[in-house]
Amino acid sequence: MTAQPQPAAADRLLPGRFLDWFARRGWAPRPHQIAMLEKAADGRSVLLIAPTGAGKTLAGFLPSLVALAERPPADTRRGPHTLYISPLKALAVDIARNLETPAREMALPIAIETRTGDTPAHKRQRQREKPPDILLTTPEQLALLLSLPDADRFFGDLDTVIFDELHALVTTKRGDLLALGLARLRRLRPHLRTVGLSATVSEPDDLRLWLVGQTAGAPAALADLVTAPAGAKPEITVLDSVNRVPWAGHTTVYATDEIYAAIKAAKMTLVFVNTRSQAERTFAELWRVNEDALPIALHHGSLEVGQRRRVEAAMAAGTLRAVVATSTLDLGIDWGDVDLVIHVGAPKGASRLAQRIGRANHRLDEPSRALLVPSNRFEAMECRAALEASAAGVQDTERPLPGALDVLAQHVLGMACAAPFDAVALHDEIVSAAPYRALDWETFERVVDFVATGGYALRAYERYAKIRRGADGLWRITHPRIAQQYRLNVGTIVEAPHVKVRLASRRGGGPLRPSARVLGEVEEYFVETLSPGDTFLFAGTVLRFEGMRDNDALATRTADEQPKVPAYAGGKFPLSTHLAAGVRAMLADPDKWSALPEQVADWLRLQGEVSVLPGGDELLVETFPRGNRFYMVAYSFEGRLAHQTLGMLLTRRLERARLSPIGFVANDYALAVWALGDLGAAFAAGRPAIGALFDADMLGDDLEAWMAESYLLKRSFRTCAIISGLVERRHPGEEKTGRQMTVSTDLVYDVLRSHEPDHILLRATWADAARGLLDIRRLSDMLSRIEGRIVHQRLDRISPLAVPAMLEIGKEAVAGADPDLMLREEADDLIREAMGEAPA
Amino acid sequence: MTPPTRPLFCATPAPFRLAGVALSLLAEGALWWAAERTLIVADLHLEKGSSFARRGMLLPPYDTGATLARLAALAVRLEPARIIALGDSFHDRRGAERLAAADRETLVGLTAAAEWIWIAGNHDPEPPEGVGGWATSELAIGPLHVRHEPRAGALPGEIAGHLHPAARVAARGRSLRRRCFAADPHRLVLPAFGAYAGGLNVLDPAFSTLFRGRAFHAWVCGAETVHPVAAARLLAG
Repeated sequence: MTAQPQPAAADRLLPGRFLDWFARRGWAPRPHQIAMLEKAADGRSVLLIAPTGAGKTLAGFLPSLVALAERPPADTRRGPHTLYISPLKALAVDIARNLETPAREMALPIAIETRTGDTPAHKRQRQREKPPDILLTTPEQLALLLSLPDADRFFGDLDTVIFDELHALVTTKRGDLLALGLARLRRLRPHLRTVGLSATVSEPDDLRLWLVGQTAGAPAALADLVTAPAGAKPEITVLDSVNRVPWAGHTTVYATDEIYAAIKAAKMTLVFVNTRSQAERTFAELWRVNEDALPIALHHGSLEVGQRRRVEAAMAAGTLRAVVATSTLDLGIDWGDVDLVIHVGAPKGASRLAQRIGRANHRLDEPSRALLVPSNRFEAMECRAALEASAAGVQDTERPLPGALDVLAQHVLGMACAAPFDAVALHDEIVSAAPYRALDWETFERVVDFVATGGYALRAYERYAKIRRGADGLWRITHPRIAQQYRLNVGTIVEAPHVKVRLASRRGGGPLRPSARVLGEVEEYFVETLSPGDTFLFAGTVLRFEGMRDNDALATRTADEQPKVPAYAGGKFPLSTHLAAGVRAMLADPDKWSALPEQVADWLRLQGEVSVLPGGDELLVETFPRGNRFYMVAYSFEGRLAHQTLGMLLTRRLERARLSPIGFVANDYALAVWALGDLGAAFAAGRPAIGALFDADMLGDDLEAWMAESYLLKRSFRTCAIISGLVERRHPGEEKTGRQMTVSTDLVYDVLRSHEPDHILLRATWADAARGLLDIRRLSDMLSRIEGRIVHQRLDRISPLAVPAMLEIGKEAVAGADPDLMLREEADDLIREAMGEAPA
Repeated sequence: MTPPTRPLFCATPAPFRLAGVALSLLAEGALWWAAERTLIVADLHLEKGSSFARRGMLLPPYDTGATLARLAALAVRLEPARIIALGDSFHDRRGAERLAAADRETLVGLTAAAEWIWIAGNHDPEPPEGVGGWATSELAIGPLHVRHEPRAGALPGEIAGHLHPAARVAARGRSLRRRCFAADPHRLVLPAFGAYAGGLNVLDPAFSTLFRGRAFHAWVCGAETVHPVAAARLLAG
């Protein structure tokens, strides 16, 4: 499918002023840019896969620029010709700026504008009256525009929709909403052409399917594919430190001097980390050794917006030598001449690494340089696997899943806001969207019923219906207020409730005085774990938590160097399946160990002497006593989320086998469970047999029973309740934040679950948790893979491989502990402490 | 093999003494005064679901039924001679009119089986009509004073609701938020009993005017019993 360069094609497809422009710049149109013009000429929708720096954006827009340049002027108002949708507001703004250059240099009569949540209301109003030719916007804004009564008129001239970073959109609920919006656009404009842009994708067909309309019962329709040749292979190295690589944990303090030396030797370095706390830690460590006072900055999503913008501007201006960043800098925008990417901690996925390395050196012909710094020994193996995957050009982006029902509910209401709808016609339209192509009529009907009156078996809310079916058979909103409410709450991005971190001071032992200075925001759940007096790292300094006031967390600066609260919240991204397989293969094959740092290879050799190393498709389970407890460590390499779920289910089973499990910890590589009962002896005697313990039937009743009680499900429910419109983020006339939501979704969940367990919103919640927080699909794949291949190794003491997991015990929250037992312990403890003080 | 179960219906009440009177704090979030055979519940917020539904949030319409069922179960177990609803019994002034037939029946049964007293709350300053019981704004029974909103500087022996106390307890690296009673030897604030009634952390300033210097305990409602935890050991949020 790779485009063949056609010497004459450029002359045929590009008007004179475009050819002149290319020539003036000393460029020749690239083959994939020509191919995109050809596809457009044939009216074909197309997915373009091109590496960063290959002129992907221009390739996507070139057909639209040509069409608009050649279009005869109109004397009437015209709607947008091309719509560009990006996952990031900033990316839309950046692309607009980049497009204006060729438009200006060729004197093209094309109006290019952005429309995001930041666009002022008067400009948005003006855009509706006098639309630009090219509109660059976000999925949320598209949903808003489509919910307006004049949507058909507004999009009446639409020809092309371009989706940037499509791989990042399709796996999210935003992608679901966007797919539904696209289905509506296609109904308004049946010959609409779509263009998907992506640099990294594991299964191009998923994206090709997403881009075009599907027909029930017909074979899957696919957009055409254009692939640009890959650029120079990146030069990746894994740091082989002179210092000792830690057994466990998530810090790279051991390598600080080496990271600093690499920064010093480069012009401009991006230091990527996986979590906010790693960013804070790495930043603080670098400044500790920063003898040359190199300008090194910090960038993560929790920092105050103004501060982030200042860092970005300094990068673009080339005044920084390094920026320590989380995924906030993963996508799209060019911030400057980065010549080195350092990845602190393992990259977790090959595509993720490729994307991040792509941030360095946006020139195709020169290789990007990257240095991987593992934070522990398992990560050393993972880094090696990532390096090999990168060399082989492997992609392991997530695959899209069936469309979410809460998103569908939001969309149905939006469509009713636009115009009265016929349910059958709307269903037909929705199943043309790839994520919803399998949506059955009955489920759709229940979603419509949910939007109308809540969809409860006890039909109590007919009189409060939001939409109602009229005598003409069409569904319409019952009051204009409903549309107003919808527009205030549109979108699928639900933030965890956040609190502001406000700096306070206490002069001369006086009272605490909050200042006007807000350092940023942290998740509410993080603050909940803090007690007044605890110290933590934030915005590059150690702060002392003083308490909550008016929904702000007050903090003072402190001279302490070591924060007490490590605040490692596990990374959002679990280890990818591909890298996990790579690590397993490496463990199984001693010939591959020479590529690992020597101390890591030694560690594996020792494991081989003391215990065994599992074969590539085997699951090794070690049991050993320690203290007065019995431990079991399973090396399943399926990522933290799947391991957490597995831990919950295994402890239930062990409890039934009367082995008295006490708790477990899970990381990306292994799961450790401890118990009062002798696990090794029990497995050896077949009570239960190890195979039975790991039997896939645990995903049946046990999972149901556990999930129903799990706080994880409540978290998912909150998200679904907000997206589906059951509860509002904002009510007309009132601005509500997550914290101030007037009804607790946890309480609503409890009531709904006990009274109507098969409610459509609980179904949406379940699907959400299964695909997100619980990673059930992956767990299920693993359980079937290891069936009959479990190696139980009974040991007298801890093995080298078990050490990392064991070291995390006590550092991580112990999941699985009985909450009531926990309460009682806390209470007893206190009663002993303060005997007689308690009023009893 | 059956999973280890815990007894479901024999939650242990926690004994508590207020102004010399022996009371029991029930894990269900209610107060039992055995000597007077009096059951006290606060902040039922009946018909909160339908109150939201009127504004376009179609919350599951089962909250009133759930709240009354829990109350009815307590009444069956304890056979109270008197039940006091400590104010904010309905979420809004029109709540009683919206009661579903089955819920109305349950409520009327409850108000008929014992002496039922509606204490006026800020959500329901007027007593509900047609569901039985009698209404007052305050009540003194022996040394105890019963009212909806606790008063700073009240005489010892005050029993109130209104604040929906909740406590966050941390142990083993995670935290747990539960409804609780907030109490010192002179005053007792009941948790909200209603299914949709949320909680306010007892470390909120609203409590500090009532309980000076955090010298009070949160009696945290667990599954089986009520656990006392000193306020100084609690977390915010």
